[in-house]
Amino acid sequence: MHYLQQILFAVISVVAVWLFAKKAGEIRRNILLGKKEQLNDQPGKRWSNLLLLAFGQKKMFKNPLVAVMHFLIYAGFIIINLEVLEIVLDGILGTHRLFAPVLGNLYNWLINAFEFLALGVIFVCVVFLSRRNLLHLKRFLSKDLNGWPRSDANYILFTEIILMSLFLTMNAADQVLQARGSEHYLQTGSFAVSSLISPLFAGLSDGNLTAIERSCWWLHIVGIFTFLNYLPYSKHLHILLAFPNAYFARLEPNGKMKNMPEVQQEVLYAMQPETVPADAVPPAHFGAKDIFELSWKSLLDAYSCTECGRCTASCPANLTGKQLSPRRIMMATRDRMEDIGRNINQHKSFVADNKTLLHDYISVEELRACTTCNACVEACPVSISPLDIITELRRSLIMEESNAPQEWNSTFSNIENNFAPWKFSPDERDKWAAETA
Amino acid sequence: MKVNTMAEMMAAGESPDILFWVGCAGSFDQRAQKITKAFAAILDKVGFKYAILGKEEACTGDPARRAGNEFLFQMMAYQNIQVLNGYGIKKIVTTCPHCFNTLKNEYPELGGNYEVIHHTSLLQQLIDEGRIKLKEGGSFKGKKISYHDSCYLGRANGIYEAPRKVLEALDAELVEMKRCRSNGLCCGAGGAQMFKEDEPGDKRINIERTDEALETGASFIASACPFCNTMMTDGVKNREKENEVAVLDIAEMIAANME
Ligand code: SF4
Ligand code: SF4
Repeated sequence: MHYLQQILFAVISVVAVWLFAKKAGEIRRNILLGKKEQLNDQPGKRWSNLLLLAFGQKKMFKNPLVAVMHFLIYAGFIIINLEVLEIVLDGILGTHRLFAPVLGNLYNWLINAFEFLALGVIFVCVVFLSRRNLLHLKRFLSKDLNGWPRSDANYILFTEIILMSLFLTMNAADQVLQARGSEHYLQTGSFAVSSLISPLFAGLSDGNLTAIERSCWWLHIVGIFTFLNYLPYSKHLHILLAFPNAYFARLEPNGKMKNMPEVQQEVLYAMQPETVPADAVPPAHFGAKDIFELSWKSLLDAYSCTECGRCTASCPANLTGKQLSPRRIMMATRDRMEDIGRNINQHKSFVADNKTLLHDYISVEELRACTTCNACVEACPVSISPLDIITELRRSLIMEESNAPQEWNSTFSNIENNFAPWKFSPDERDKWAAETA
Repeated sequence: MKVNTMAEMMAAGESPDILFWVGCAGSFDQRAQKITKAFAAILDKVGFKYAILGKEEACTGDPARRAGNEFLFQMMAYQNIQVLNGYGIKKIVTTCPHCFNTLKNEYPELGGNYEVIHHTSLLQQLIDEGRIKLKEGGSFKGKKISYHDSCYLGRANGIYEAPRKVLEALDAELVEMKRCRSNGLCCGAGGAQMFKEDEPGDKRINIERTDEALETGASFIASACPFCNTMMTDGVKNREKENEVAVLDIAEMIAANME
């Protein structure tokens, strides 16, 4: 019986980790479908971004109350996972509280700390669930989240509550058994939070208590494995990806648009035809029509998005009722990547599906509404730039499809012919100066 | 006041301390021309040796690039860099945050390396150095002014304080809008929106921003960008407040109050 449990545990762990690794590999593959971009200069600055923005969650502190609560969930998540190490080892070795004898008093102190964190996490999850579902916050009501994304957010909060409750219930049953001197249950000293639940179990037999303790233990760890495998399909992937995303965040001023050296070269050739080499090949793409032409960083961005909607809440276009929502830009990019990933899984390599990110997932109307104001970039807590995707798609729209509103076409021809976006004669450019004389 | 062009300066065997990049709005738009004139007057008064490119200046290409037309942007950049490098320009000041951003951040990669400064930063320096002296009890003393952050100055380049410092020198009462500094709301002109109708929606962006500015109860809205200025001026007119609230560039406010 004992060995059976150990074997079962080992099998479950291996399957869970294998499944996770497989999906993680697919996500990595999908991200690398994007264009190469070197983003590892200035490691010092990058590490400090990782510490400040990802670990320190600096942008979250624009709203300190929410930031502290979010920080608690996140710290709880990380720290309580230390305890998972013990659970896994116990599971494989068939031991119970393996670390207790080794750590002595420290063990009691640690579990107490975990219990307080667990309680804190439960509290914050309840607050966040209410905030999401009862308070009418525009960014949570938005149609961006209709369907799966809205449930996703709630599922994870419920799951956290359940996992933490299992942890506390397990400890409570354990303590009653300890008090009765039950053979298998080592003395660990009392735990502050779960000892409050223990009295409820006083009337139960040893057998029942052991059953409760064991069930909680199993459900807890199976829950954690499930959570692990749920992550890659959820907005909660940001728990992992926020870190690389902060590290690879762009370090240049937000106002600088990415140069297109291939167009720069074309223009040079046009200006100095004598420099064109005989074997010059014109560029294959201008801007991005699909994820393959976006930088891999934009694709990492899409997988890192928490769907929090802070970007959209600060977007001037969205605030004034336009179709554009930077959050939706990120979600649409991720959807497209997932669809392409499935396509690749099916056919070994991508088989054209007559769809592109531009048009089929993101509309021209959305792209046209952007003022390139960078509010979305500034607002994002996990270093995402929806603007990069928008401008790359706009480039394709204009340069590959010549798809511009009539007013823009006039603007372009004015700039080209009169050197100003309006139809003024270039001779009048310094007329104002004559008037000051 | 005589405004010299680079060509004239060169012909006279002189070279300026700084090039004043006027920009398309500052050159052609009637409202923005007043900002240009005010800033030129300040440069003149503090005795700056400056020049403009005159007819040799051309659009930096910012709206074309942001609309997606990289070809046109690269053409304009090539042309401008040829002219600037031809004159050996080292230092540029501009009253337009879009020109500022393009010249400062986007031209270096294309071979145009200059020290570029926005006029609000230069004004702050001149005030700090005592080269600009403001009248005691100037026309803004005690008046409520609300400063509207330009996206291309603020979030794009991290300049939030210089314009505010300059305004403080006017002895005015600075009142902030609900969204300011890094949270500032766009006026709606950037990304080539200035040159086309808004996409369908329920409000114009400039009206939204003007409403925020009006809520502060300020009698002056200070701008640091000719496009923001146009957008906010239109907004104020739309709300029929043009008799109570004026939209002015920071350079105009300083020019009106110099000793
Ligand atoms: S840059 Fe574009 S998408 Fe982002 S907030 Fe501004 S208008 Fe919205
Ligand atoms: S892009 Fe950033 S701000 Fe926008 S929803 Fe995603 S995580 Fe939130």
